[in-house]
Amino acid sequence: MTTPTQSPDHDIHHARLDDVQGIEPSPVRPTSSRAQWLAGVGAIVLFAVLWQVLDLHLALAVSISYLLFLAAVYLVYRSAGGRRVGLDIIVRWLVYGAFTLAILPLISLLWTVISEGLPVAFSPSFWTEDMTGITGLDDQAYMEGTASLAGGAGHAIVGTLMITGAATLISVPIGMFTAIYLVEYGRNNRLSRGIRFMVDVMTGIPSIVAGLFAFALFVQILGPRDAKMGVAGAIALSVLMIPTVVRNSEEMLRIVPNELREASLALGVPKWRTIAKVVLPTAASGLASGITLAIARVIGETAPLLVAVGFARNWNLDMMTGPMNSLAVYTYDIFTKPLNPAIIDPSRERAWAAALLLVLIVVGLNLLARLIAKLFAPKSR
Amino acid sequence: MSKRIDVKNLDIFYGDFQAVKDVSMVIEPKSVTAFIGPSGCGKSTFIRTLNRMHEVIPGARVEGEVLIDGQNLYGRGVDPVDVRRQVGMVFQRPNPFPTMSIRDNVLAGVKLNSKRMSGKAADELAERALRGANLWNEVKDRLDKPGSGLSGGQQQRLCIARAIAVQPEVILMDEPCSALDPISTLAIEDLINELKSDYTVVIVTHNMQQAARVSDRTGFFNLEATGQPGQLVEFDDTQKIFNNPSQKATEDYISGRFG
Repeated sequence: MTTPTQSPDHDIHHARLDDVQGIEPSPVRPTSSRAQWLAGVGAIVLFAVLWQVLDLHLALAVSISYLLFLAAVYLVYRSAGGRRVGLDIIVRWLVYGAFTLAILPLISLLWTVISEGLPVAFSPSFWTEDMTGITGLDDQAYMEGTASLAGGAGHAIVGTLMITGAATLISVPIGMFTAIYLVEYGRNNRLSRGIRFMVDVMTGIPSIVAGLFAFALFVQILGPRDAKMGVAGAIALSVLMIPTVVRNSEEMLRIVPNELREASLALGVPKWRTIAKVVLPTAASGLASGITLAIARVIGETAPLLVAVGFARNWNLDMMTGPMNSLAVYTYDIFTKPLNPAIIDPSRERAWAAALLLVLIVVGLNLLARLIAKLFAPKSR
Repeated sequence: MSKRIDVKNLDIFYGDFQAVKDVSMVIEPKSVTAFIGPSGCGKSTFIRTLNRMHEVIPGARVEGEVLIDGQNLYGRGVDPVDVRRQVGMVFQRPNPFPTMSIRDNVLAGVKLNSKRMSGKAADELAERALRGANLWNEVKDRLDKPGSGLSGGQQQRLCIARAIAVQPEVILMDEPCSALDPISTLAIEDLINELKSDYTVVIVTHNMQQAARVSDRTGFFNLEATGQPGQLVEFDDTQKIFNNPSQKATEDYISGRFG
């Protein structure tokens, strides 16, 4: 079967890339993935020697062995598989390194908070008692082992939940309705562009300014003596929360396909019902998780609450009169002003425990957001 | 249950841009009317003016009259919501509500308007509409499953069932088969043939064979140049349009010389 007119070299369907002049595809060569693990073990050994034997600083030892590891891996893979494979492996390990660097502070933070806070955070009295009448003498007794740790953060837990809850009640309707106006009615008119700009400005307001604003507002109304109260703190927090809720809800409403709105309108459903019964349910999961994350953002705010609510050592469930406490402010207060300046350990323990509770609340809210997103998500099967 | 539509000197605008110029036509009750024409000639824009869905787009407006049994849709005090209850619409891409079950999708027109309905009446309505859309046998065992789990063709028939469940006088279809495979297309075309015994059906299609297969009368839209408004070039019995068109442009288009 030889046809002289048609040699495979000239058959366009069988042309190979390297037949074309000027193109030299790099050959694909098998590379072992074992080399990088060998290099890794080598790097760890090197690190141990640098750190323990040569007594270098920990960070320096890590950096040197990481860089040498990168160089070694690159050279090995380049010689085995060519430049492309070498680059691939070096970028891959750079990414792993960056990820480790990013996650280390988080792990360290969680570890510190948990290990320092755990012993106190889950003792029942810490949840149920306040700090009324607790003095340095109680701490002294605790350190001598004659009494258990006195007082607790019950008032701060309740205060955090009440103030943040009130802030949510204020911000969610305002934020949601603003977002609905922006997406469904305003489109791109002058007013909605103005609102969007203002919301962007609000996003950048420092939290202490929000606190000062709320405090000043209540001083104007009630005078400086009675101005500090839970509601003032809730208003300060909602100044911080509203822009987050607006921006997030706007994004969520915008990604609802226009076809669904048209489908509903074409069935003779008025626009407001279309929004209430088609657009909002379709976006529900995103809206709910966005709100939960906005709550998580403000629940740890200290400065605005310190300014607008002050701090109380006793239970105060009345948001309209007098200072309240919250976990963040409690932590700050007990940490900077220990009950007994000579014996600070008990106060430190309380501060870490309150910090741990705050972290747990935020983690819980994040998990809740995921759960909500899953529950409300449109089903496909 | 079906009504005659008179369109008189209709001009359609998007802001300052005139999309369609001076359309007049009569759409007979209990018939299928098809609109064909090249892309961008305004046939989809035109069909959306028949149930006032055109004005949902910001800046869109209309001059002229659309009369349904003598009543002007664009007259003073006419609520577009009422118009859309009389004139249903099926869109190019199937768009069942993702948060609702198949049954709720069919009943959406009733439920979204918060009309009270006994469970039995709702079941009957859902069955009637689904049977009307030739979908009942395929979904009767999974009415509580989400509508978005159906195939594309089934979803489109679900949308038709949803449209006929509100018992409109007219059903508009904007390229209902363009996102579907040939078998699903056949199912929809069969359905259109059945629907015309009860409803006035208006369909926009890119597919000339489809227009020839399903419609009684056909309108050919064209535009003189890009940027110019679209016009109704010829409107006649489907047989005549495809066998012996009176306009040169129509003949060029259906014989495949352009478009």
